[in-house]
Amino acid sequence: MYLYDEIDQRLVDERVAQFRDQTRRFLAGELSEDDFRPLRLQNGLYIQRFAPMLRIAIPYGLLASRQLRALAYIARKWDRGYGHFSTRQNIQFNWPKLEDVPAILAKLATVQMHAIQTSGNCIRNTTTDHFAGTAPDEIVDPLVWCEIIRQWSTFHPEFAYLPRKFKIAVSGSEADRAATQVHDIGLQARRDAAGNVGFRVLAGGGLGRTPLIGAVMRDFLPWQDLLTYLDAILRVYNRYGRRDNKYRARIKILVKELTPDVFRAQVEAEWAHLQGGPATLTTAEVDRIERRFTRPHYRQSEPVSSAYAGALARDKAFNNWVRRNVQPHKVAGYAAVTLSLKKTGVPPGDATADQMDAVADLADRFSFGELRVSHEQNLILADVRQADLYELWQAVKALGLATPNIGLLTNIIACPGGDFCSLANAKSIPVAEAIQRRFDDLDYLHDIGELDLNISGCMNSCGHHHIGHIGILGVDKQGAEYYQISIGGAQGNDASLGKVLGPSVSQAEVPDVIEHLIELYLERRDSEEERFIDVVRRIGIEPFKEYVYGSHHKAAPSRRRQLAAA
Amino acid sequence: MAAIIRQRQVVADSWQLLKPAADGTVALPDDGDVIVPLAVWRAQRDALLGRAGGLGVWLDANDDPALIAGDLGHFAVIAVNFPQFTDGRGYSIGRLLRERYGWRGELRAVGDVLRDQLFYLTRCGFDAFALRDGQDANAALAAFDDFSEGYQASVERPQPLFRRRGVAAPEATRS
Repeated sequence: MYLYDEIDQRLVDERVAQFRDQTRRFLAGELSEDDFRPLRLQNGLYIQRFAPMLRIAIPYGLLASRQLRALAYIARKWDRGYGHFSTRQNIQFNWPKLEDVPAILAKLATVQMHAIQTSGNCIRNTTTDHFAGTAPDEIVDPLVWCEIIRQWSTFHPEFAYLPRKFKIAVSGSEADRAATQVHDIGLQARRDAAGNVGFRVLAGGGLGRTPLIGAVMRDFLPWQDLLTYLDAILRVYNRYGRRDNKYRARIKILVKELTPDVFRAQVEAEWAHLQGGPATLTTAEVDRIERRFTRPHYRQSEPVSSAYAGALARDKAFNNWVRRNVQPHKVAGYAAVTLSLKKTGVPPGDATADQMDAVADLADRFSFGELRVSHEQNLILADVRQADLYELWQAVKALGLATPNIGLLTNIIACPGGDFCSLANAKSIPVAEAIQRRFDDLDYLHDIGELDLNISGCMNSCGHHHIGHIGILGVDKQGAEYYQISIGGAQGNDASLGKVLGPSVSQAEVPDVIEHLIELYLERRDSEEERFIDVVRRIGIEPFKEYVYGSHHKAAPSRRRQLAAA
Repeated sequence: MAAIIRQRQVVADSWQLLKPAADGTVALPDDGDVIVPLAVWRAQRDALLGRAGGLGVWLDANDDPALIAGDLGHFAVIAVNFPQFTDGRGYSIGRLLRERYGWRGELRAVGDVLRDQLFYLTRCGFDAFALRDGQDANAALAAFDDFSEGYQASVERPQPLFRRRGVAAPEATRS
């Protein structure tokens, strides 16, 4: 955990005072709604369907147990006893009152948290790998770099009023678990032949209406140049990004319209002035940030306990959970454990205040008092002794957070959708639940194997539907809620964007379509090793399209007509 | 005479900001201090240099400050227009004028300028502010002290915080 120093704390406290005064002026009629809107958005406050929605930053997904307890406290005192973990490693509360928000921010500040720049046209929370610092394939620990970027982006005076929101993701590993290719800027840590750390820099990736994979700006940017290079990219974007149309205002449109080569040349020309300037990072600063992170004091590597091996052999349910929800750790004798917030019947990513308190206790008992929030909307205890796994599993099971579905079809990523969000065209949560119910059989689910299913309630793509192996997008069809299904998307190193399967379908039909996709996949796969996404890539989307919509389909003719009419 | 904020004080202002008519021309008064659009400066340079009264130029959000980089010695004030306070291009223009082109005179934010933007504008090099009509300039002065520090390199503090911090932080540990 990064520990604030006196200045970090003072800045967050000053932000609370600033927002308290802005809220006071708004409520007193001194600030108009239009003038207040950008100010409240830069403190994470939306006016939503039922009430304001407050989005709180969980910088790069890292949380201390005392912070999670503060979130539980907020959920009880100012909300309705639960919170929603989002795909950007933040947490959202859907029921706070506007006049309570300054008090909520003050409470957050007591545990070194805030809602700074969690919305608005500014640099948002930097996200990273939820296994950062523990993954065996790690090249560098991205947490230190994320904190450096957090400080650089916090209250950046030049980039508070960009054409549109701006999201940076950092990956420190061989395997990209931070979706860096679909961010405004993606940073992939590298080491050169001499072992020096640097970053592969991508720009102009994104989802939304115009999904694009980021273009490479630099194959290897030395770490010292990180902030000056970010300044250069942001300055070119701030000056030349489109402001006439909010749907054309993201940096990806600028990169695309200029072409990546021209955009890169402009960035390099700007950077020529900034390179080597005062913002050039120093070893002293990187060391200082590094030292302010608390680190687990791992015990000497211990042999795998026989009790653990015995439990694995004896208890099939435990074995299933370990296979799906437990990840290897760089330190022998330890593991990273994912607590699934994807239990059937619970909106994906939701956690109650009681669950938060209980998970905070588990973090204290089993994982050095820390946890992670993943962009897949789960919670992770990243430093658990293998010998403790059985005991932890029993505790997690009792909390309803042990669904062994990580990486499987029912680990659905979903935005809050039309139940809460005023932007949504359609609901997400009931669709997720209907699919989870259809694939309730665990053996069947495990047989299907790895499959990412992502749902967004509208084109803003908060549910990352473009990079789901199966993506579901809510669309508005003459006032009715319909769903467009795409397949072939993927996150990670071989990221790709899904292709639309065919005409959109009604909510009731979605589980049928998913089931048919799975049927065809199971029929066509070479072996259990070949995942759904692999089959889509091998045979293309046509056979799936044909199977779902085509004349050879075994579904009743009446249903086909419904689909065709949709 | 309108009041503006200059160097954190509310002062009377003698400058007249000239806006172009529909045909792009401005009616140039014979004397008095004027701030002219960039296009007028470029088109009527000699006439402007020959007239009595102070001369300033203003840049719109899409104007390139490089175009006046060689002319700075002719101006007593440079203004940057903010068409809407949410249009952040002027922040980059301010930094470029100060940090790249070396402008040391008055840098004035004009247009849709509100108190809640004063702190960042100051960090980007602005030292004078003509607030949007109807804003309380005296009340706005408090905004300069919204924050006591900033992490980044800026015009106000060219060294970023990490180069200005004192001793290294004590090592953080946990059990």
